Amino acid sequence: MMNRVVITGMGIYSCIGKDLEETTQSLYQGKSGILLDLDRKEFGYRSGLTGYIESPNLKGILDRRSRIMLSEQSEFAYLSTVEALKVACIDQKFIDINNIGVLFGNDSSAKAVISANDIIREKKETVMVGSGSVFQSMNSTVTMNLSTIFRLKGINLTVSAACASSSHSIGLGYMFIKHGYQDCIICGGAQEINIYSMANFDALGAFSVREDTPQKASRPFDRDRDGLVPSGGAATLILESLEHAVRREARILGEVIGYGFSSNGAHISNPTIEGPQKALEMALEQSGIRIQEIDYINAHATSTPVGDATEAKVIFNVFGDTSPYISSTKSMTGHECWMAGASEIVYSLLMMENGFIAPNINFDNPDEDSAKLNILAETKETGINCFLSNSFGFGGTNTSLIIRKWRNN
Amino acid sequence: MTKTEIIEKIIPFLVEEFEVEVDLIKPEANLHETLQLDSLDYIDLIVIIESSFNINVTYEDFQNIKSFDDFYCFLDSKMNTSQTSITN
Repeated sequence: MMNRVVITGMGIYSCIGKDLEETTQSLYQGKSGILLDLDRKEFGYRSGLTGYIESPNLKGILDRRSRIMLSEQSEFAYLSTVEALKVACIDQKFIDINNIGVLFGNDSSAKAVISANDIIREKKETVMVGSGSVFQSMNSTVTMNLSTIFRLKGINLTVSAACASSSHSIGLGYMFIKHGYQDCIICGGAQEINIYSMANFDALGAFSVREDTPQKASRPFDRDRDGLVPSGGAATLILESLEHAVRREARILGEVIGYGFSSNGAHISNPTIEGPQKALEMALEQSGIRIQEIDYINAHATSTPVGDATEAKVIFNVFGDTSPYISSTKSMTGHECWMAGASEIVYSLLMMENGFIAPNINFDNPDEDSAKLNILAETKETGINCFLSNSFGFGGTNTSLIIRKWRNN
Repeated sequence: MTKTEIIEKIIPFLVEEFEVEVDLIKPEANLHETLQLDSLDYIDLIVIIESSFNINVTYEDFQNIKSFDDFYCFLDSKMNTSQTSITN
């Protein structure tokens, strides 16, 4: 028998808010978290645009040993997880007597690796990188740290799938719980946001160069878009079986009813139509709902000319004239990469909870593909019963997640 | 560098790195227990020593060090050996 899977907690640390309350305000106001970082230009970046996040100070919150193990993105993930566990009313005592797992999306730890090698080149001795370096440097830095800090005892693994990493983490969490392998999993995504982490991505020429107006640079679906803006932070969701959540009288934020996935099997960076469409259709079939029941699509759309056009075609192929509301929150946050799948579920849940849909800001003029879609350029006050969120990544990895407002039936 | 100078230099680094109260660092106090060192912490202690005094130490050097005074004597000995090597 399959378990129903619900979401009982969420947390966020992003360029549009360091917690859920601040983030909700930013979403409603259509506030951008993007700026121009001149250090990147000096370093050699073609585009100096980036989301901006204040570095956390965890002294006094975590002990020294815990702190020195944390990479930048692990710090973000710690804070978003603290918030999510608080929302879920899960404390350390509960964690200690239960088998809670962690599945987090992360696909790099560039700063830690580069910093360590700079020290070794200078000092000619590896010990000089210190004891925390290796734990910061691995892709699994986030899950190894979260599982240690929170003393987690269930599944413990990092999902690396480029910009679909954290949506896959949620999808896998959903499958683990649905099939009875876990009752409760901390899912999410984290993305470092430093000068080392995006340099070779900048080399592809895929970033926007609209540097004179940074907050207008990320313009998904807009006719005049010229590339994405990198960003980062962390987002956490607590997934549980319905039975587990009800037993401890948890407040339910939403239900995961579909996880579609596919691989393009084509170009390593260029999207296809068939791959993403397969993921959407798989999610819809799994959910058992009709396309008319999707009220809102949180698009992957990153503000690249080809990527957004392709997704627009896919959405139109699947949804046709049913015209669900669509926005890409990347218009405000930039592309949060490994974090995006999870953060966009958090953003969509906040919209669902607060009765509005955040705008796709900078959508001034559609192109021939986006003109066929119902893209919201302004905030819309409306209820959301069911939303779909897309995330697609390099290597042709695709995900679609469908979340429904909680109803007890 | 005299032993006194070594002590004056190393204590602030220990307080900063291992987040202990300076009053707890007494010559007769146990180094391992006072700084709450685990196996990983010795790596960071080595980094402090090598950065501060430009001498090479290893994890094995700490096997016979119990008190802070043992530690200061060890550093003093290492510094003098290092200086002797330079002058010879």
